[in-house]
Amino acid sequence: MPTWTKFSWRRVAQIALVFVALFTLMGVGDDDARFRTLGHHLMCVCGCGQVLLECNHVGCQYSDRMRVELAAALDRGDNDDLTLQSFIQKYGTTVVAAPATTGFGRVAWIMPFVVLLVGLTLVVMVVRAWRNRPAPALADGIQPLRGAELERFREQADKEVEL
Amino acid sequence: MSQFSSVALPQIGSFALLLALGLAGYSFIVGAMALINPGPVSDRLTETARRAGIAVFGTILLASVVLVTAAFSDNFSVAYIFHHSNRDLPGPYKFAVLWSGQEGSLLFWSLLLAAYGFVLRLRYKTDPRLFAYASVVIAGVQVFFLLLLNIAAHPFAILEGQVPPDGSGLNPLLQYPEMVIHPPMLYLGYVGFTVPFAFALGALIMRYPGEKWIHITRRWTMVTWGFLTIGIFLGAHWAYSVLGWGGYWGWDPVENASLMPWLTGTAFLHSVMMQEKRGMLKTWNMWLVFFTFWLAILGTFLTRSGIISSVHAFAQSSIGSWFGVFLIVTLATFIGFYIANHSHLRSEHKLESVISRESSFLFNNLLFVVACFVVLWGTWFPKISELVQGSKVTVGAPFYNNVAVPVALLLLLLTAVGPLLAWRRTSLESLKRNFMWPSVGALALGVVMMVLGIRPWKDISYFYSLMAAMLAALVIFTVISEFVRGGRVISRHSGFALLPSMMHLWHRNTRRYGGYIVHFGVAVVIIGILGTPFNKESEKEMGFGDKINIGPYTLVCQSYTQDDNPNYSNEWAILNVFKGNEQITTMYPERRLYKASSQPQTIPRIYPTYAQDLFLVSDLYVVYEGRNEETGRPIIKAHLNPMVPWIWTGLLIMIFGTVTALIPNAAPLPARVTARVQPAAVGAGD
Repeated sequence: MPTWTKFSWRRVAQIALVFVALFTLMGVGDDDARFRTLGHHLMCVCGCGQVLLECNHVGCQYSDRMRVELAAALDRGDNDDLTLQSFIQKYGTTVVAAPATTGFGRVAWIMPFVVLLVGLTLVVMVVRAWRNRPAPALADGIQPLRGAELERFREQADKEVEL
Repeated sequence: MSQFSSVALPQIGSFALLLALGLAGYSFIVGAMALINPGPVSDRLTETARRAGIAVFGTILLASVVLVTAAFSDNFSVAYIFHHSNRDLPGPYKFAVLWSGQEGSLLFWSLLLAAYGFVLRLRYKTDPRLFAYASVVIAGVQVFFLLLLNIAAHPFAILEGQVPPDGSGLNPLLQYPEMVIHPPMLYLGYVGFTVPFAFALGALIMRYPGEKWIHITRRWTMVTWGFLTIGIFLGAHWAYSVLGWGGYWGWDPVENASLMPWLTGTAFLHSVMMQEKRGMLKTWNMWLVFFTFWLAILGTFLTRSGIISSVHAFAQSSIGSWFGVFLIVTLATFIGFYIANHSHLRSEHKLESVISRESSFLFNNLLFVVACFVVLWGTWFPKISELVQGSKVTVGAPFYNNVAVPVALLLLLLTAVGPLLAWRRTSLESLKRNFMWPSVGALALGVVMMVLGIRPWKDISYFYSLMAAMLAALVIFTVISEFVRGGRVISRHSGFALLPSMMHLWHRNTRRYGGYIVHFGVAVVIIGILGTPFNKESEKEMGFGDKINIGPYTLVCQSYTQDDNPNYSNEWAILNVFKGNEQITTMYPERRLYKASSQPQTIPRIYPTYAQDLFLVSDLYVVYEGRNEETGRPIIKAHLNPMVPWIWTGLLIMIFGTVTALIPNAAPLPARVTARVQPAAVGAGD
């Protein structure tokens, strides 16, 4: 009986693996991916403040034209950098929806993660300092619980609130 | 319009504002002097300062009533009324004129601050000395706003020359019912953070012993936070319902300005528990309260200075420099008092275990502050870039999606895990036990979503959607399991059924379980947001009988019609909506032309498809864009926005949770009597 159980679990795992592989392969080969990616890196310049492919601003005079220009650039075989550069030349630096990942623009991307890292370091330092701090003195006559007795009370408390 | 109305009203308003400045100045200076030199005389002076503070509310209320009266009486000799109203403006919008422009909104801000101050000064008996300090701080802030109103942004300024027969009218975007509610809610949030700040600064100055100020502040903060939350969501809903681009959040600087104090305020609502229960994070809380207040002012500076371009900021004006100075003064004041008095803010307890509620709050606060930094950084970076390299850059949705969304996902994870951690120490065993079923549920949801076609490797937005859905589900499952576990313990001890036990559990610790309901609401909001990558849209010139297909729905043009009223003329389409062969509704997207301002405005129509799909509900969102100039045919744009209605449902749950968290706790139920009754002996009692 234990052998059969082991076998059935293995079979279930194999079937799950086949499903995962199947769904992974189903995502391959999307022809519009570059258009979608680049379209999400450009802003509509009508003043709506929307990403080009998400601009559905009422009466927008720009987004349709810009989408056509983007599609034409991809049809010409321009690479991503060249396409973005041509938009920057025509519409200015603000047409790119996010700071560049080169030059000073890199600072925009790095800074939040630097802050997160510094914050994490500080929190870890605070946790360490607090853990190493001596316990506050108890009032006279009170004996702190330790070792097995403390564990027994904790187990009892856990038992009382468990499902 | 009578002579009295045109001449006397503005003068009464101006005088009321001047008197308010005098009273606030008295309350600030005399109140501060009395606190610096304590004694019997100073007690009486403190009392006069308190009463002057109360009177400030009366005078600003008078000025506000005068401005609204001027709007209702079409007093176009007042420049502000001329620029923001017209004769045919409907009554509710004439009332909303109070907060529709620069000067009026500053007056409204002062009115709300005076109202908060009024309540605070009436409740002074809770702790007269601490309240006296808080009253002085509030008076200081009032002096700043009243100086602005009396000097730089006077709402009762008179137009030069001939009084025009009609006003320029209210901006059409603002002529929507939510505009009557959204700004008051947002301002109640912004202004309300002055109160916790006033208590914090007061406590810091007087080296307040104990945590009582935190208890007093917590309730104010929750109320304020609730208002700000409602204000932010109403703003998003207003944008969604009026702007006609089908979205509700665009990471615009003005939107970001409201989000920043909300993030630090939320962090404070969590970390304040550390101070209350464990005497920890005293310094941190002090700074968090200060920065929440400071960011609210910074947001006002952003929207009114014109320093950062935004699609819906107020007009550029000189008052930005006033706010700049005020920000520096408040920062310097707070730093000064902190350096002088920080020694009494040491933590009292040690951390017993890393796996504990305490450490989860530390990480939660870190993530909230980092999220706030991301928003602040993204908002200011175009300006920084301009200063450093001479050219502006755009920091739009792709930046926030790549930087803020991962932080938000981590926060969501902590929202799920945090409630399962006990104070002081949690055993890994109990964490595993409590976490297993919610995790299994969340993973199962993830698998189902992948099977249904949401493949995280296909697009980064799909990955975020999948992660957000799983984590939101995790939050929901852990909240439910917390209620059930607690309910079962009470049920076991009291003998009541599970549901009444859960209700009692909630009523016995309203703050904790109200907070869990807020978490539940946040998870529902996240579920609403994660539908964004699956939005569909379609645009078409539509004649009679023409169709637009979008998702499973078909819109058929039945007719177009026109109307006219004194305020605007309009055109609208009549569209029948079908799902399959069944007609499910008729929609009337509209386009208006406001006469006073000659500005057009679309009024989209939104149909949430609850009746068709309760859980995977979508908004069918239809815009009448106008006519094609060449063909004369009307253009209709339709959007299908999945899950958006969940966002507003989540807000309602969050409000409900906040309100219940404010209800006082009930007494515990008596335990079931379990002592065995001894059988009476024969003849006993004889």
